[in-house]
Amino acid sequence: MAQLLRRIEGATLEQGQFWYSGRFFTMDITFLLNGESVSLRDVAPTVTLLDWLREERGLTGTKEGCNEGDCGACTVMVADVEGAKALNACILFLPQLHGKAVRTVEGLSGPDGGLHPVQSAMVDHHGSQCGFCTPGFVVSMAVAHLNGDTAHDDALAGNLCRCTGYAPIIRAAQAAEQAPVPDWLEPAKGFRMPQQPAPLDMAPDSADALADALLRTPDATLIAGATDVGLWVTKGLRDLGPVLFLGRCTDLQQIEETEDGLRIGAAVTMDRMLLAMRDRHPSYAEMIRRYGSAQVRAAATIGGNVANGSPIGDNPPALIALDARLHLRCGQDRRVMAIEDFFIAYGQQDRAPGEFVEAITIPVQKDRLRVYKLSKRFDQDISAVCGAFSITVEDDIVTAARIAFGGMAGIPKRASHVERALVGKPWSDATLASTQDAWEEDFAPMTDMRASAGYRLDSARNMLRRYFLEDRGEAVSVLEVTP
Amino acid sequence: MSVSKPLPHDAARLHVTGAARYVDDIPTPARCLHLAFGLSQVAAGRIKSIDLEAVRHAPGVVGVWEANDLPSDCDCSPSAHDEPMLSGKTIHYFGQPVFLVAATSYLAARKAVKAAEILFETRDAILTIDDALAAESRFEDGPRVWSKGDAGEAIDTAPHRIEGEIEMGGQEHFYLEGQTALAIPQEGGDILVHASTQHPTEIQHKVAHALHLPMHGVRVETRRMGGGFGGKESQGNALAIACAVVAAKTGRPAKMRYDRDDDFMITGKRHDFRIAYRAGFDAEGRVLGVEFVQYARCGWAQDLSLPVADRAMLHADNAYHLPAIRIESHRLRTNTQSATAFRGFGGPQGMLGIERVMDHVAHHLGTDPLAVRRANYYAAAQDVDAGGGPAPRSAQPNAPRDISGPKKDADSTTRGASPTVSQMPGAPQPDRVRAPQHQTTPYGQAVTDFILHAMTDRLERDADYTKRRETIAAWNAQSPVLKRGIALTPVKFGISFTLTHLNQAGALVHVYQDGSIAMNHGGTEMGQGLFQKVAQVAASRFGLSPEAIRITATDTAKVPNTSATAASSGSDLNGMAVKAACDTIRDRMAEHLARLYQTEPGTVRFADGHVHVGDAVLSFGEAATLCYEGRVSLSSTGFYKTPGLQWDRIKGRGRPFFYFAYGAACTEVVVDSLTGEYRILRADILHDCGTSLNPALDIGQIEGGYVQGVGWVTTEELVWDSEGRLRTHAPSTYKIPACSDRPDVFHVALWDGANREDTIYRSKAVGEPPFMLGISALMALSDAISAHGSRYPDLHAPATPERVLSAIQRVRDGD
Repeated sequence: MAQLLRRIEGATLEQGQFWYSGRFFTMDITFLLNGESVSLRDVAPTVTLLDWLREERGLTGTKEGCNEGDCGACTVMVADVEGAKALNACILFLPQLHGKAVRTVEGLSGPDGGLHPVQSAMVDHHGSQCGFCTPGFVVSMAVAHLNGDTAHDDALAGNLCRCTGYAPIIRAAQAAEQAPVPDWLEPAKGFRMPQQPAPLDMAPDSADALADALLRTPDATLIAGATDVGLWVTKGLRDLGPVLFLGRCTDLQQIEETEDGLRIGAAVTMDRMLLAMRDRHPSYAEMIRRYGSAQVRAAATIGGNVANGSPIGDNPPALIALDARLHLRCGQDRRVMAIEDFFIAYGQQDRAPGEFVEAITIPVQKDRLRVYKLSKRFDQDISAVCGAFSITVEDDIVTAARIAFGGMAGIPKRASHVERALVGKPWSDATLASTQDAWEEDFAPMTDMRASAGYRLDSARNMLRRYFLEDRGEAVSVLEVTP
Repeated sequence: MSVSKPLPHDAARLHVTGAARYVDDIPTPARCLHLAFGLSQVAAGRIKSIDLEAVRHAPGVVGVWEANDLPSDCDCSPSAHDEPMLSGKTIHYFGQPVFLVAATSYLAARKAVKAAEILFETRDAILTIDDALAAESRFEDGPRVWSKGDAGEAIDTAPHRIEGEIEMGGQEHFYLEGQTALAIPQEGGDILVHASTQHPTEIQHKVAHALHLPMHGVRVETRRMGGGFGGKESQGNALAIACAVVAAKTGRPAKMRYDRDDDFMITGKRHDFRIAYRAGFDAEGRVLGVEFVQYARCGWAQDLSLPVADRAMLHADNAYHLPAIRIESHRLRTNTQSATAFRGFGGPQGMLGIERVMDHVAHHLGTDPLAVRRANYYAAAQDVDAGGGPAPRSAQPNAPRDISGPKKDADSTTRGASPTVSQMPGAPQPDRVRAPQHQTTPYGQAVTDFILHAMTDRLERDADYTKRRETIAAWNAQSPVLKRGIALTPVKFGISFTLTHLNQAGALVHVYQDGSIAMNHGGTEMGQGLFQKVAQVAASRFGLSPEAIRITATDTAKVPNTSATAASSGSDLNGMAVKAACDTIRDRMAEHLARLYQTEPGTVRFADGHVHVGDAVLSFGEAATLCYEGRVSLSSTGFYKTPGLQWDRIKGRGRPFFYFAYGAACTEVVVDSLTGEYRILRADILHDCGTSLNPALDIGQIEGGYVQGVGWVTTEELVWDSEGRLRTHAPSTYKIPACSDRPDVFHVALWDGANREDTIYRSKAVGEPPFMLGISALMALSDAISAHGSRYPDLHAPATPERVLSAIQRVRDGD
């Protein structure tokens, strides 16, 4: 019997399938690959697009550089009704593609072999050296080109190159800006799948359906963008057990103005969150720009970043400072809580089995928010410290303060003592100085590979000072200095 | 002529279409096995018990091997025969391969590894420089010491003195393509290995050793690497040997590629260094004497650490004439990954030591650091060319050759081999080393080609350095939180392998009867454009355009006994070897055609795609056909060895370098004093490639080298915890520069001047030298931090925001 089980597990491991509750979980999916329809039966839910492209389809132009979504060598173009995005194929599970159109580097050139304008520009401007990162760059560039996006540093923040120093790549991107989108890519703009994709067991298509499914399988792993869960598979080599894909729950992807403020569905991706924050809370939007690359922002969801409870997630501090509410749902039961109350302790959140994050609401308010993300590198780096401040000052007196930090404790945490030391006091140097000791009452950060405890405390303190100086119109951001 | 044209990389079109093939892209042969190593989870100790039953029975597993199951020790070392592929009972570092798994898929192999149950008996690991010094844990019997003059006396009697210390971190190569190898069994027990390596001959040599085969039984092919940077000079040995052993044992093809995290955990990185210094100088900042103690953390095995540490000593002068100097070098053995080659090969560390001294001296005197640097420059080339004393001679210029045969430890294929005197018997003494005695490096090589005065003048002007320095001072005066800083630093880098016999190269050129040409040489392509440059050389010799040349994969069956593509030597050595091969064929063709057309061979010209013979003009193809029909051999090897080298590494005397490559960079930064965050605003670079073989490719090396160098001194931080476990083992935690980290304004220009030495078309090597231009960023940060107070910042590298903030606090506290 043991031998038999091992054989069964052997099969599952070989194919990336898994065995659960006496049956295999597999899925039948359909998508377009470089313009041609592909239907796959019995797909194991955690096979990555990258492995499938390279190992099953022999499309080896898409490269594996890190297998964790940090280098961009595996970038592919994925289009749906909302348009085309760049995504990391290494942490993209095949079922996430159901009903979408994928284009790899092999599909960027024309049917006659003619190069895409970004490809020609990369040749002309010497944008490749070893060439290994190049397919990923070219795809990211083609997506930006298709979308008319000329903020090249942002579009390429998730593509690492070790050879060129990036300068020739940016020259190539600039040179291709004015070139028309090639005919053969035009369909990606007005995306249409040839037929309505079939429903999938493990991919509920509404919040209601998700609530039901989760009641039936409370231990299911929820997969939205897979920017975190993907690593459990590619790095942790975990077999996830039952999974539920959220990509088809369109009602969880809505952003609406309500009486309570802005209601953001849990499955809203970070690129849309950035747009939603741009006018309301520009400092938050700027943090999101740096929080993850274009590929990560296009996949990662606000709900995922909150629900995984990471002490270094960058959204929770900002949301706490904005006094946001978290909407949880279990079956038909719903509850609402202040978002900071969700985080109980490291690795522990106030979420019951079968319960999921449905939405977040941000109350309407005057924008006093500043979010300061501190990391070794500006783009696509995990924060050592992320501080969010919303301090209200009336007649030079602090009347309200909401301050929260990531990276300073086992959970995203408010600086309650500091807030108390500020409220009711004059908005002044002296008041700032008086908060000195409160910081250590609020936080006892740890030392790790990102920063020492001392640096975390010092920089957190100094962020309050930065907020104060910025409020007075002082230049405090190196990102705003020009040569 | 094809040379000097800014042509794109020969594979550019393949790169951008995804068609360029790397080892893992080769269609996987049928029945191929996939390999993974099981790694040690402690830094030092012994294996108490090991249970691999669950691994053996894991799905898809075909074989599991421990050290004593292997056909030999499968040594992976490029030097001291001290790196068995699998650990055996004794563990030397966290991440050391302990066992090998072969399975039917990559994922199955990786998953199976996790099923191992190993109990380790740990002992105190030697992790840091201080640990190693306390335990006297080192390679070689003691520190290596080279000196010139009496540095101690010069310092003690100098008008001014400083002393200090700088720490500089290591650096992960982060080649985008991880280490990969594929072995395919051939008939008769032979083996074919496809490897992502800078050194196919070394792979051939090590695989042959592991399998007890003669070298002719192993063929290694390398079409291209997805980046190397030194990380594929010796670090690919283990994968190739593992594949070959499994292929030999099972008769099945075997492929191995490290997952990125494994690549970080297993392979060596740049050596981190601590350099303590003491200097005496006059009121103008002229250094009268300087002492360096260099501590190199070499990791657990010797690998290439001795020549790396030597090269750090060889660059302790950088561009400066130091009348009295003492350099003491400690090569420390620690329980960490075995540090290895990385672009610059110790040069950056040595150079950062003296640049730090220049910065510190200027700060001490309150003068512009550029003025101090200039005051210490070697004299300009034209000032030292004439006359001068005799060449410095080694005490034993014709030391008897050791003919006792290869020792067990010797691996003469690599830089790891370190004989004391490196010279061919009967080799001519250097004839170009005549220069005044005052113009020699600390190791006695005359500096006859120094061009940095003129280069610095031009860069200072082009970058508007002086005016910007004033503007920055004014800006800083009104900006309490943000401060700017600027620095202009030079690079002088010695070109040649310091193990003299490696300065040789071979080539194989075929002209087919239709006039198309296939070219092969011993160099490998890792993105630097070597193949294109060498093809341009070949095309020029035949008067053709480069499209006429087919560049083929590096192959040990075509060109034997190659040196690593390393030490920036690729185009210098292989360009010359290819030229020799082409000229042999060209001369044979000219002779035959001259006979046919009854003219002198010397009058036959190869130009513009044609061959001009007397009054006749033939296409090159017609000429090739005529020669074929005339039974002329249209195939030739070519060979080159660098002339004039001679080096005694124990005494630290001689002429290790054929010539020097020069460059200078001016970098401006802005620093936030609240968090220590900073940005590079502008960089201006002027670099010397001699007469460039391909200006576009050279500029690519310079831009890329600069940004990589900046990464080394800024964001790239390797952190080991107290258990010796590397905590920054993926791009999520180890931060190489991203797109927006390049300077906002980035000007790169080539210095216009020929190499004084007779190199290929008078060009200069360009692979490594530009890396050290990045040092200017660290010095600019130091300058910005200095604006906060009077104390010297003592900034270490990498200058992460945390280190910058702490330096700002120090500078302020010092007031």
